[in-house]
Amino acid sequence: MWNKSSEAMGRKELAALQGERLARLVETLYRKVPFYKKKMDSAGVGPRDITKIEDIAKLPFTTKDEMREVYPYGLLAVDRKEIVEIHTSTGTTGKPVVDAYTRADVDLWGEVMARTLGMGDTTRDDTVHNAYGYGLFTGGLGVHYGAHKIGAIVLPISGGNTKRQLMMLKDFGGTVLTCTPSYSLLLAEIGREEKFDFSQLKLRVGLFGAEFWSEAMRKEIEEKLRLKALDIYGLTEIIGPGVASECLAQNGLHVFEDVFYPEIVDPETGKPLPAGEKGELVVTTLTKEGTPVLRYRTRDITHFLTGECACGRTHVRMHRLLGRTDDMLIIRGVNVFPSQIEEVLMKIEGVEPQYQILVDRKGALDSVEVQVEMNETIFSDEMKSLAKMEKDIESALYSTLNIHTVVKLVEPKSIPRSEGKAKRVVDKRSL
Amino acid sequence: MNIKQIAVFLENKKGRLAEVTRSLASAGVNVRALSLAETTDFGILRLIVNDPDQALDCLKKSGFVAQVTEVIAIEVEDKPGGLARILEVCNTNDINIEYMYAFVEKRVSNAVVIFKIDDHEKAHRVLKENGISVVTSDVLKNM
Repeated sequence: MWNKSSEAMGRKELAALQGERLARLVETLYRKVPFYKKKMDSAGVGPRDITKIEDIAKLPFTTKDEMREVYPYGLLAVDRKEIVEIHTSTGTTGKPVVDAYTRADVDLWGEVMARTLGMGDTTRDDTVHNAYGYGLFTGGLGVHYGAHKIGAIVLPISGGNTKRQLMMLKDFGGTVLTCTPSYSLLLAEIGREEKFDFSQLKLRVGLFGAEFWSEAMRKEIEEKLRLKALDIYGLTEIIGPGVASECLAQNGLHVFEDVFYPEIVDPETGKPLPAGEKGELVVTTLTKEGTPVLRYRTRDITHFLTGECACGRTHVRMHRLLGRTDDMLIIRGVNVFPSQIEEVLMKIEGVEPQYQILVDRKGALDSVEVQVEMNETIFSDEMKSLAKMEKDIESALYSTLNIHTVVKLVEPKSIPRSEGKAKRVVDKRSL
Repeated sequence: MNIKQIAVFLENKKGRLAEVTRSLASAGVNVRALSLAETTDFGILRLIVNDPDQALDCLKKSGFVAQVTEVIAIEVEDKPGGLARILEVCNTNDINIEYMYAFVEKRVSNAVVIFKIDDHEKAHRVLKENGISVVTSDVLKNM
């Protein structure tokens, strides 16, 4: 355990700390961020209403759309010169959400990521093979700061060039692997093709996140890579990775709730749900300085697990993610919205927006098939023009979505419609 | 000079081809020649029928995507080298053949082959210059 005094803090003491921090946060936000003052004013709540953590339910939620509206600096709670680093969400559907870190925030990020790495008993004797992407994406640098905090060696290899990754895993004796779960399976797959001897590796634990994955996938990863696979959770809007993580007990993700306060609410009504009930995860950053977030609606569906954890940590556990409240698809770590696909199709002459997206997982990677209904405008008696049509749609989709799709032309009316409206997404992945 | 061909879009799934022929049969349409081009996912069925307009109408009513395209029906001597000669003429004259398929029935002693060519006007001229006869739709109807 990286930080026993925080991670195994008594529940009473923890609640008192959370209440204290929340009160301070609300006071700061009210004073320094017009965006939050306005929200609190219209909700009829102010700093003096917040004295204990339970008061959090009185406060207004913050949504991704609202955060986008004030891009780039509308959420800043400190002077700009206090900011030392900025990350953003991908912004695939509009303006990105900005996460601006003060020096203390970067330090906090390192702290929660040290705890995350600590879930797999990472110490300064370890070598962290960090195959998360470095850049605006928070995965790479998040792990990086955590590893520095611990004093472990971090190999900032980032994604791609899988054969070289295998070579370096062997040569530098990586003990901790950090990447998306699907990438870990790709490593295993390429390794098998290359007749790579996995018994040469020293991998002990893997911290996998940034996309949905299942217990079945965990088993597969653990068998193929001979390590213990842990699920980690985070989001750019909050800090990046480091919001919650599984421990070696592999039974739910501990939320680092002394700094990120989690709630589960009914996605329809916004009412807090009793422990154990499935709903939308809402997170408040209790100590962040640069861009603190009040009751952020993550749109991720999960529930809290009750009972004590064998690892000794007292922080509440949440079940691995069960889904999304909206229709956003996470495909190979990339956020994809059906509306984006529709937009692309509409731009191609003759193509009608009668389409269906079939998401599946073949081997380690997500596959996306976009079925497009044939019509008389695009039909031809010549095979080559239909084949070209498929390729053209595929490349148009790729340039917008940044993921490869397989376009399949289908007969009209073959896409099932219910109440006149077509079902747009069929997700066959068992997550 | 050209003849009408019906092209139908078919998804590669069970019973679709049967559905087309059933639909044509119920409209009293007689199929004279056909070819099916396919990928793993879909196929294009091309038909020469006795009544193209009637065929198009009934296929559309059955919910198929179908269209009429023009092709050339060429008479090919029914003996070794008959087709080779025609293809050679096309080749020498830079006539690009998109696809072709054959009739089952013969016209007198000649076979009939359907050609889809990128430039039909040019094709007709070249065929005529080389003494190759094409079959008109009227003749086809009575074959």
